[in-house]
Amino acid sequence: MTAGTAEEVARLRPIVRRLREHVIRMIAAAGSGHPGGSLSAAEIVTVLFFHTLRRRTGDPTWPERDRFVISKGHGVPILYAALAEAGELPVAELETLRKLGSRLQGHPDRVALPWVEAATGSLGQGLSLALGMALASRLDGNRYRVFCLLGDGETQSGQVWEAAMASGKYKPEKLVVVLDYNKVQLDGPIKEIMDPEPLAEKWRSFNWNVRTIADGNDLGQVIEALDEAGRGGGPWLLLAHTVKGKGVSFMEGKWAWHGKAPTAEEAARALEEIARHG
Amino acid sequence: MAEATRVAFGRALARLGATNDRIVVLDADLASSTNTKAFADRYPERFFQLGIAEGNMVGVAAGLALAGKIPFAASFACFLAGRFEQIRVSVAYNRANVRLVGTHAGVGIGEDGYSQMSLEDLALMRSLPNMLVLQPADAVETEAAVEYLVRHEGPAYLRLTRQKVADVSPAGYRFECGKVVVLREGRDLAIAASGAVVGHALAAAELLAKEGLQVAIVNVHTLKPLDATALAEWGARTGALLTVEDHGIVGGLGSAACEALSETGIPVRRHAVLEFGESGSGEALYAKHGLDAAGIAAAVRRFLEDVRGARGPRQAARRGRTG
Repeated sequence: MTAGTAEEVARLRPIVRRLREHVIRMIAAAGSGHPGGSLSAAEIVTVLFFHTLRRRTGDPTWPERDRFVISKGHGVPILYAALAEAGELPVAELETLRKLGSRLQGHPDRVALPWVEAATGSLGQGLSLALGMALASRLDGNRYRVFCLLGDGETQSGQVWEAAMASGKYKPEKLVVVLDYNKVQLDGPIKEIMDPEPLAEKWRSFNWNVRTIADGNDLGQVIEALDEAGRGGGPWLLLAHTVKGKGVSFMEGKWAWHGKAPTAEEAARALEEIARHG
Repeated sequence: MAEATRVAFGRALARLGATNDRIVVLDADLASSTNTKAFADRYPERFFQLGIAEGNMVGVAAGLALAGKIPFAASFACFLAGRFEQIRVSVAYNRANVRLVGTHAGVGIGEDGYSQMSLEDLALMRSLPNMLVLQPADAVETEAAVEYLVRHEGPAYLRLTRQKVADVSPAGYRFECGKVVVLREGRDLAIAASGAVVGHALAAAELLAKEGLQVAIVNVHTLKPLDATALAEWGARTGALLTVEDHGIVGGLGSAACEALSETGIPVRRHAVLEFGESGSGEALYAKHGLDAAGIAAAVRRFLEDVRGARGPRQAARRGRTG
């Protein structure tokens, strides 16, 4: 790790802790939601929002902003947490998650909340959307980059490979996909449900640049990978090995926490752990 | 001059591409059939050949639209309708400015048989809250509809024919989205028709005129939003409204008219395709399904007989026209 990266890690560490806290609080308040896949992506989303993305606070439609498509739409609490931390949403609004009339829909809705680049939640669709945006960027002189967060389970969907093949053909140099490889999906371990391996080889064979992030919950490793991919030469697939439910010991690696809200007591324990280790 | 509406579409697209560089076109290995090839030849940098992967094509189109482009994504209507989940979330829910263009609609395509015939697309597209649904009746109307679609805000579906269709639009025609076009006045019954069969309905009206029946022909190029006021007016004026379309009996123009007129008391009957399609010439299939001029005229006579004899329900049940 370079000195610059170490400095960034120190700056981002308290932010990623607050994002985890927001996730636990908002899902507990909602009484439903997906903590596991929100927590596994906390470092990725923190680095994207607070280090990588070119954006203007308060201006969600700035034409030259970098785009972020969260294809794993059920993980949207981590995006809402980042938006709150970035000052785009009042933190208090996070408590409205999933409630009637809230802008914070259970899965992302761009019409309700303009900082959401695209509605997702029907898994497998986000990469196609991101590719379309990256092609548009190229037509307009590559003025912005497109980042897409893909779930590991959704790579079981055929459309992901349709989009992967099309990206391999068109080679949008400003497209970067981070695959949140947390190894667990709703019904159980991904290896048992439908093992996607060998993942790196698959993406390479579709003509992508692939870089593995050995620990996708390590801020330094995520920063260095996104720094390289963000410079161009895409399409990039960053295969980030992460831990489902990262940061809360009783959620880590547990498929039961894919889509279940913690009780008030569980949330208190989770927040205590995050504060202690965060 | 008879011409397939897909041909008029391709010509309009290539023409409009010159004046608006936001227009992009997406294809899934059917550019020669959907007629997007002329655009592809002229503007290769704005044409995306995505192979036989329509779900991805729909999603990429939505991404391009969200980034400010005006994408026309074309395929056979059945293959687009088959990607309903992508259309539902990536296009409609996102309010993405995508123009989905489904060619080869209905049994009129003929020999290729059912797997290539779209008989359900209107039902699916109409079900999405913000989807504009257009089905022009001839080449002139198609070109005007494509021009309109370039400036329309929001998702849209355009349904086109494989086969040539007769010119029906009056001279000096102007396309008005959401408004019917009255092609023929009449007092005995009104036919609301859409797409390829509008010409057949006009021919049926000629046949019926020889028997002393004056049938009005209303061309419904916009299926959603439906011009319910005009349909109610023509239904009330003539006392019976017959819908005619090359689409399944469930969910198309007939369903739309019934939904709109259900509280008016106006008798409405649907004339459409009742089963899976099959191979055969387009003409033979139109004859089999009663969608040629003779078949439409026969449907008009039966309907009038039932309405005037007040034997509607029994007759309708016996003929099994419930879909």
